[in-house]
Amino acid sequence: MRVLRELIRRPSALFGLIVVVLVLLAAIFAPWIAHFSPDDQLADGLSLEGAPLPPGGGHLFGTDTLGRDLFARVLFGARTSLIIGLVANGVAVAIGLLVGLLAGYLRGAAGNLLMRFTDLMMAFPALLLAIALAALLKPSLWIVAMVIALVNWVQVARIVYTETRGLVERDFIVAERSLGAGNGRIILLHILPHLMPTAIVWGTLGIATTVLLEATLSFLGIGVQPPQPSWGNIIFESQSYFQDAPWLVFIPGAIILATALSFNLIGDALRDILDPTQRGRL
Amino acid sequence: MAFFLARRLVQAVLILLGVAAITFLLLYFLPADPAVLIAGRSATPQMVAAIRHELGLDQPLVMQFLRYVGNLLHGDLGRSYTQKTEVLPLILARLPATLVLMAAGIVVEVALGLTFGIIAAVRRGGFIDRSVMMLSFVGVSSPQFVVALLLLYVFAATLGWFPMSGFGTARHVVLPALTLGVLGAGWYARMVRSAMIEVLRQDYVRTAHAKGLSGRRVVLGHALPNALLPIIAMVGIDIGQFMSGVVVVEAVYGWPGIGQLAWQAIQQVDVPIIMGVTLVSALAIVLGNLLADFVAPFVDPRIRSQ
Repeated sequence: MRVLRELIRRPSALFGLIVVVLVLLAAIFAPWIAHFSPDDQLADGLSLEGAPLPPGGGHLFGTDTLGRDLFARVLFGARTSLIIGLVANGVAVAIGLLVGLLAGYLRGAAGNLLMRFTDLMMAFPALLLAIALAALLKPSLWIVAMVIALVNWVQVARIVYTETRGLVERDFIVAERSLGAGNGRIILLHILPHLMPTAIVWGTLGIATTVLLEATLSFLGIGVQPPQPSWGNIIFESQSYFQDAPWLVFIPGAIILATALSFNLIGDALRDILDPTQRGRL
Repeated sequence: MAFFLARRLVQAVLILLGVAAITFLLLYFLPADPAVLIAGRSATPQMVAAIRHELGLDQPLVMQFLRYVGNLLHGDLGRSYTQKTEVLPLILARLPATLVLMAAGIVVEVALGLTFGIIAAVRRGGFIDRSVMMLSFVGVSSPQFVVALLLLYVFAATLGWFPMSGFGTARHVVLPALTLGVLGAGWYARMVRSAMIEVLRQDYVRTAHAKGLSGRRVVLGHALPNALLPIIAMVGIDIGQFMSGVVVVEAVYGWPGIGQLAWQAIQQVDVPIIMGVTLVSALAIVLGNLLADFVAPFVDPRIRSQ
């Protein structure tokens, strides 16, 4: 509650919260908000010359090149983007926590091996690795989510590792161990709670990265496959018409930007609130 | 120091070996059989078996990996499925265009990032600082392909100042370089800002002020050189972000570099090319990190004496 109050007090975080809540509501209530089905190629969805209709009139965001209602596609696309954002990033944070915690706690050969593997993953450009993975597998919503998770856990692991290393040295952990607490107890009851702020901050910031990566993969044609709408593939499908029908590219584009920006703003504010020592850095 | 650099060199080689292992395993567990892809649709089982034998795909995992690494060391990145030629020459032919684009992008990024990062750090909490921080958030939250299309729409399609796509003249490089550079500059300005803030609060900076030096000389002559070190250390990550950005930007602007090569390969599921570009990018990142390690002692004498 305190955290939420503090968030609302910051104008930028409040903006972020409002946008995220709007996108969330749009995703949940998409079938009730939209007047059209996202897949229907409407008989009156194209002009007499066969061009998509601009925004306004009966179609809030206009129609796409197949005469489908863009507003409906964007609403249903919000579902795709948010599901991938939450699932992929959730898995990434979980993997990152696990790897970072184990590497930091175990140290020795096992810890070293885990961190060397993390370093190795850092040597790949995230997008290219995701492209390679997505190209090898048949892309679907869940595959795309997994691909993004497999690429994005690395940063979390590095940060969790550094923090765990610091925690293990602290007196209260040493005291706990000398009282005879086992590894499981120390990790679950004494280290994990201290890592929660990091997990929450990255759980938020990471959604922005994930939404952008999903949009980029879909834009390159290896993300979520049409006709299932995602913000990225809406742009992918109409990019060659961007001069004649700019709304098809720039409306979903602006929504991707607003969503990613909002998660970034909330995450940044959370970092300030949860970890005062980091205030003003980065 | 020589020992430190030698260790870094060994580490870089090990990482490259690991990179090769990961790409190899990705290929090995590929659901599609490369032999079938190469042989084409009308191939008989005998032809597929012959190709599999020729590629060594019927050998044990370890043997295949050794052969793979051996091939890589000879510059053999495999053959493209669709273009029926070696991958390495394809990449090398495209590399200069990408390097031109990256160089131009880095110039934009560093110029903007350094300038605004320094101003933000000096005027911390002020209007410029807050604007820079906000804009850098917008920068890291912007989908690159949308920004690329937006610049095309405004400056090429509507105003006609720059060509829509292609390669050749200086005017062709402006929009792609801006897309890469401006978006990266936000992130870069943040790095510079936090490094500068760290340095500006040290005693020797206060001493320099107390000696009566001008603010400009203190910031640029005394503080900046020490803030450069963490910035140089980021060069590997920077190259990584650029390599990722290059795929999108080259695809949108029709820039004939390795990003476009990868993008075309994606459309045709030409796995060896995708893997080749991934390997070359990983190599660039590792070399970038290594370069940072080797440059650091020249920038900071404290490292030299260690």
